[in-house]
Amino acid sequence: MLTKCKEHMEAENKEVVDMTKTNRMYLEIDSCSENESFARVAVAAFCTRLDPVLEEIEDIKTAVSEAVTNAVIHGYDGGEGTIFIETRITGNEVEIKIQDKGCGIENIEQAKEPLFTTRPEEERSGMGFSFMEIFMDSLEVISEKNKGTTVIMKKIIGSPM
Amino acid sequence: MVRKQEGISEFEINKDILVIHVNGELDHHNSAFIREQADDIIYRSNIHNIIFDFAGTAFMDSSGIGVIMGRYKLIKGVGGKIGIINAGNSIQKILLYSGLNKITMQYSDMDSAVETISNERGAEEC
Repeated sequence: MLTKCKEHMEAENKEVVDMTKTNRMYLEIDSCSENESFARVAVAAFCTRLDPVLEEIEDIKTAVSEAVTNAVIHGYDGGEGTIFIETRITGNEVEIKIQDKGCGIENIEQAKEPLFTTRPEEERSGMGFSFMEIFMDSLEVISEKNKGTTVIMKKIIGSPM
Repeated sequence: MVRKQEGISEFEINKDILVIHVNGELDHHNSAFIREQADDIIYRSNIHNIIFDFAGTAFMDSSGIGVIMGRYKLIKGVGGKIGIINAGNSIQKILLYSGLNKITMQYSDMDSAVETISNERGAEEC
């Protein structure tokens, strides 16, 4: 009986570390600056199951904050809209997709340049995409004028620094 | 019971130095408050230098870069300096990658920051 129990537990443990299974969280929020903090904390909280170190959590929070802030300020120009955030954990990889259906980016390469900003008067530093690139392992930006922007970021948790 | 309100930044004037205790989170949402408060004090109180104290800062993103850069531009004309104290690991990383560590000085504590900035100013005036 005891052995059976042990076997059962081992089987359960194996399921937890299944590297092919994807665990997903989907978040839909109104575009407003109050929600920026909630969005980054929610994504970070979902990622804690991978047992990240503090630095990895801070990196994820910063990257999410940059992407959501971009959607609020640029995508919807401070107006009404919905931001869609999808977080997927597969094995030890986190994939975060942040999407808006706002105005889109005309020149993605220019937007990604460090210090480039269309809003210097609002004291935007132009470091948003740079931080997403630095703090995550990969960054993909898909955008179409008047259709919106999707940012896809990936990060391996527990990779040797 | 009086509870200190968490997350509200505090401002302190020491001679011509404005000390900003950045409490809570410095993101896009909170940056406007710090910016408005700071600029009001800078104009009214003849501020030349600013010290950012990050001891109570739980989070900062690129909006914080904008706040520091913007204040630097205001005081640069009068030869002012930006000092930084108590920056944790993640803020250090942001200061490094944004290049802000080139235009700001970090100090080990408030006393040495105030002393160094005041002395530099005195020396320049002589």
